[in-house]
Amino acid sequence: MSRPGRRRLTVCVVYPDLLGTYGDGGNGLILARRARWRGFDAELVQAPSDRPLPGADVYAIGGGEDGPQVRAATSLAEDGTLARRVGEGAVVLGVCAGFQLLGRSFPDASDRPHDGLGLIDLTTRKGTGVRAVGELVATPAPDAPRAAGGRRLPRLTGFENHGGVSVVGPGARPLARVVRGVGNGGGDGTEGAWSGRVLGTYLHGPVLARNTALADLLLGWALAADDAPVGTVAELEPLDDFEELALRAERLEAVDATRPTGWRAVRGRWRTGR
Amino acid sequence: MTIPSGTRPSGRAGVRAAAACAAVAAVNGLSRALGRGSGTVAGGRVGLALDPGLLGTLATGRRVALVSGTNGKTTTTRLLAAALAGPGGANPVVSNETGANMPAGHVAALAGAPDVPTAVLEVDEGYLGRLLDDTHPEVVVLLNLSRDQLDRIAEVRMLVERWRAALGRVPAPRPGGRGTVVVANADDPMVAFAAGTAPEVRWVGAGQVWHDDAVGCPACGGRIAFPDDGRWACDRCDFTRPGLDAEVVGDELVLADGTRHRIRIALPGQFNRANAGMAAVAALALSAAPADRGPDGGPADVDLVLGRLAAVTEVAGRFSTMTRAGGPVRLLLAKNPAGWTAVFDLLDEAPDRATPVVLSVNARTADGLDTSWLWDVPFERLAGRPVVATGDRRLDLAVRLRYAEVSHDVVDGPLAALDHALGCAGPGAGAEFLGNYTAFADLRRAR
Repeated sequence: MSRPGRRRLTVCVVYPDLLGTYGDGGNGLILARRARWRGFDAELVQAPSDRPLPGADVYAIGGGEDGPQVRAATSLAEDGTLARRVGEGAVVLGVCAGFQLLGRSFPDASDRPHDGLGLIDLTTRKGTGVRAVGELVATPAPDAPRAAGGRRLPRLTGFENHGGVSVVGPGARPLARVVRGVGNGGGDGTEGAWSGRVLGTYLHGPVLARNTALADLLLGWALAADDAPVGTVAELEPLDDFEELALRAERLEAVDATRPTGWRAVRGRWRTGR
Repeated sequence: MTIPSGTRPSGRAGVRAAAACAAVAAVNGLSRALGRGSGTVAGGRVGLALDPGLLGTLATGRRVALVSGTNGKTTTTRLLAAALAGPGGANPVVSNETGANMPAGHVAALAGAPDVPTAVLEVDEGYLGRLLDDTHPEVVVLLNLSRDQLDRIAEVRMLVERWRAALGRVPAPRPGGRGTVVVANADDPMVAFAAGTAPEVRWVGAGQVWHDDAVGCPACGGRIAFPDDGRWACDRCDFTRPGLDAEVVGDELVLADGTRHRIRIALPGQFNRANAGMAAVAALALSAAPADRGPDGGPADVDLVLGRLAAVTEVAGRFSTMTRAGGPVRLLLAKNPAGWTAVFDLLDEAPDRATPVVLSVNARTADGLDTSWLWDVPFERLAGRPVVATGDRRLDLAVRLRYAEVSHDVVDGPLAALDHALGCAGPGAGAEFLGNYTAFADLRRAR
């Protein structure tokens, strides 16, 4: 059991003007509210792309279109704050385009590889098939980060909408194994990736609205004592999440009810590598 | 079933088109008889399958106006049709009024009105290029572009590039011939960039409440700044708001010559005054086209055109009022963050915050399957109002409202939700109903 080591927290939504296309700004709001509801002094900062990135404890990066994604990666690399703060222990959640740009490289609009930030050992290329669009369900990998008290994260649920194929390198770990949907799409059945306190996923929804355990894991990392070892998760008092749990249950049930059969199932297995 | 007189193609092509038209009528009649929808799309699909060139054949010989954009298409189409039709529908106009805005819907509408010389067609954003190529419109109205149904429609910048290519192909208007005038909302940089390739554009400052999809410059990737005076500009290249031919200022349409004209419409909200301004400029452009004169045969007058817009009191049920448990319920449709933001502006036009608001959200194919957009909607603005969440995705709404710190109840079924809201509000009180596309249709069917 690890008690929170701090009372103050700054959550930064990175470049909502460029990477705000898919509602992922909700992740920042959810983190700030869940901290504040527990009595922490949490500040939510929307960081536009034309200003220096502010120092923060948690950075939430969302999905966006190809052109803005390239611009965001270039600005973040030039700015340097994100990489520096990660070195100092900041928590990062990247979703979709925001996940891809945390990796080593990703494709630009004309399919040329563009340098990512290299904060996760991940390489993304353009997929050859149709875009991955639909509900995505994934079971956290056995070695995925654990919630406070060593509890395993429950199944992850969200909505994916991307054309990229991401391969997790040896310097990072896949976050979860796909149950439904495509995820990373590289044929190994994985979804998302993590390395230290940097975590990326293809799940929109936004992901933390449907997966409050993941939200509290990120908060637990950020609120752990400064001298605690990496991976320490501060134990937070539970919240009354009956609406989030009802939404989770309803979404998971809806996906279970439409299990693919016939050639769709074959195609799905082929794409996810299961 | 005939095709427009004077334009009937001869020979085998004509036989094929006539057969396809007959099929449209037959399938539509069958579809209606079987009670499977209004039949506007089924017949059109069959017609297009028999003759892929049918839309072009049906449009030949007519004056065509197209209306496209993310929000306000259906309303603007209705307003433009009313402006062109004149009092009592003196000049017949055919329009795809049911909102079937893809080619099958256009075919069905045109095939059902073979001798009507003027067509006003609402066009799905993704089909604008096809409609431009097939129907050779005299006027194209481009309202706005923002995120909507991202699982079905392309991201905004992909759409802009497709519009830009298609609009670059349209012919310029010239005396004695038919060309295309584009009426474009200059306040939306995405529309301005797309329309920039067209040979003739009337730029209207119609306003734009939603800038979040237009910060990245579509021309160079720079950053567009939106100052309070509306003259947006890129910080890197010379892309800036075009000079205006007309501007919607409050409830007035201000023309380039400085004259101000009252916009008197029965529809509520600033976004509808903007739609009215766009429709009026489009009606004038169509009247002034060289092929013939105004809708009454004479030169059209802006006040005359604006006066005709007041005849539109609702659009396929939107903005209409129904009575439930003795209380008036206003029905509002909003499909995406920009639309919901505009409707919240409308709610805030009335000072009273005690009227309950019922929110209904579905995520069926026509709505888009992803509900993430709810997190782009500023639901925080509803704080202090009684709010009830319903629709297929009421749990998504409930979670969003929780994090907006808006207290709410969750009720299954739109009528039960309305009754719950009205019951809380007390006898005689009214309510506002806001639904996205199929949620709105669900309520209209259920009542």
